[in-house]
Amino acid sequence: MLHNIALILGTTLMYSTPLIYTALGGVISENSGVVNIGLEGMMVVGAFAGAAVGYFTGNPWIAFMAAGIAGGLFGLLHAIACVTFHADQIVSGIAINFLGPGISLFLSRILFDGATMTRSIDLNNKMPRILNSIFPNENILIEKGYEGTRLFFMNFMNLFLGNRYATVYMAFILVFIVWFVLYKTKLGLRIRAVGEHPKAADTLGVNVAKTRYLAVITSGVFSGFGGAAMSLAIVSNFRPTLISGHGFIALAAMIFGKWKPQGALLACLLFGSAQGLTVFLGQFDFNVSSSILSMLPYILTLVILISFVGKSVAPAADGIPYKK
Amino acid sequence: MLNKKVVVLLCIAVLVVAGCSQAKKEAAIKVAMVTDVGGVNDQSFNQSAWEGLQRAEKEIDIKASYLESTQDADYKPNMETLFDAGNELIWGIGFKMADVLSELATMNTEQKYAGIDCFFEAPTPNLVGVLFREQEPSYLVGYIAGKMTKTNKVGFVGGMDFFVIHKFHYGFLAGVKEGNPDCEVLVQYADSFTDAAKGKAIANQMYKNGADIIFHAAGGVGDGVIEAAKEQNKYAIGVDKDQNSLAPDNVITSAMKRVDNAIYNLTKTLVEGTFPGGTNVVYGLKEGGVGIAPTSYKHVSAEILEEVKGLEAKIIAGEIVPPTSSEEWEAMQ
Repeated sequence: MLHNIALILGTTLMYSTPLIYTALGGVISENSGVVNIGLEGMMVVGAFAGAAVGYFTGNPWIAFMAAGIAGGLFGLLHAIACVTFHADQIVSGIAINFLGPGISLFLSRILFDGATMTRSIDLNNKMPRILNSIFPNENILIEKGYEGTRLFFMNFMNLFLGNRYATVYMAFILVFIVWFVLYKTKLGLRIRAVGEHPKAADTLGVNVAKTRYLAVITSGVFSGFGGAAMSLAIVSNFRPTLISGHGFIALAAMIFGKWKPQGALLACLLFGSAQGLTVFLGQFDFNVSSSILSMLPYILTLVILISFVGKSVAPAADGIPYKK
Repeated sequence: MLNKKVVVLLCIAVLVVAGCSQAKKEAAIKVAMVTDVGGVNDQSFNQSAWEGLQRAEKEIDIKASYLESTQDADYKPNMETLFDAGNELIWGIGFKMADVLSELATMNTEQKYAGIDCFFEAPTPNLVGVLFREQEPSYLVGYIAGKMTKTNKVGFVGGMDFFVIHKFHYGFLAGVKEGNPDCEVLVQYADSFTDAAKGKAIANQMYKNGADIIFHAAGGVGDGVIEAAKEQNKYAIGVDKDQNSLAPDNVITSAMKRVDNAIYNLTKTLVEGTFPGGTNVVYGLKEGGVGIAPTSYKHVSAEILEEVKGLEAKIIAGEIVPPTSSEEWEAMQ
């Protein structure tokens, strides 16, 4: 039973990680007053860039950075459209959601002999599983002579943390960093100020355009990380369907989390754990259709949203272009 | 301001033209296909279909072309574009096109249509449905899994819970039982063809519960299954195409669907004037429409492969009939 709990917790962490990065991207962008529904498209380019660079360089860290840069470039595009040209932010976001997969497929075909799927990355060239050597899998534990409760405990930790990639821990650290920057630094205050009342911020000498550019590009970088957390850790290759709706779930998690990094984290974990529970329940022969069962995460999220979270209020100037 | 608009419009025009450009050459008979959302190089289904058409182009006198769909709503417009281009036969790749195909076939009675993985209740004389006996290769890989498991437990991860996947599911069950009557099979559906993370979570759970070989029939979900096999150093069995390249040390075999052969054969009937309009054609082992992966020898012993050959012969001869649904499976017990 306890091992099942470890499995559910492990699945929760695995599932939530790409969402956490992307939701943080959403938090930063929207706090600065720019709605970013292009998260999905940015995730796709990130996932592709990560998988492709990872395959060619064999270095997961370079690949992870490349994914961030690719996402950041799309963030830049969104910023140019929304901040400089005052375009409708929703429209620009939708355009990015089309452009992201389009460019990824286009490049994939050039780089991989016409294939829309990248070749898979060797296990050793993926993100490292930091705790795997401390909590190895059962066979190795038995070989090492672990028994009884110690074996039980180590096994639990293996299922929970031993198979988790570095991206998981980095996501949690990033939540803290974003929280710190947004609420404890001058820069964070400026970001939130241009999201709440750009005119006032402008009058006080804050460069609204520059701040928003910074926030939107960062949002792209984080979404790129989110995509790479998928293609460099959860699996080891990119295919067109790899990111299907994750960006939108992250967007929802951000709103659900009241536009706050810690809230978004909890929302992502909630969604991930509901998925973990679905997988756990799915192994039993319930005579319940798997289609019904797989609605569980969404229903659970809805129920909790309605009953516990209460009203979430967006930053006042969210979605409104600022014209001097 | 005007300049900006002109530039934007030009960009759009360039993109549209680039997106639509499709070489048009005069040839005896034109045959075209519409891919589903996977695109023509999906390393699976659509690619296999296109390879079949290309082979037909090389070996028999036809001119092949394709249009890709990026969303379900593209199927119909794509078909209409190909209709206007004067194609003799238009292929739809994937079960999702069945409705569009039968609608268009009723409308354009002179135009021939065919659909891969499509079953038509009452096809019009210009329409052919092509189905595969997926249960047959599934039976064979099930046999291999039953023979090779060391824990007497294997797993099956299905995509969505519906009849096409049931053919894989129950064919596999019967094969495992043939290979190893004591072997338990864990079964779970992901209810998705794209959610790789869910596939990985399910596979991790199955491996944890003692399975050492998992067969997936779940598209992109299977990437997660194969990844889990890689991480846990266990075995997996691929689907549709030879998936050994995804994890050369872990994918022991694959249940292949030879869409290319089906497309080639049916296109050939068009040239020969024996197009089986108004029917559903079924491809199995006998017709070379399904099989196990050519790389199987890397992990599966020659002895087992020899036995598989024997089973293949029996299936072709009709001595073994792998089940396609839970009813047929129950009836066998």
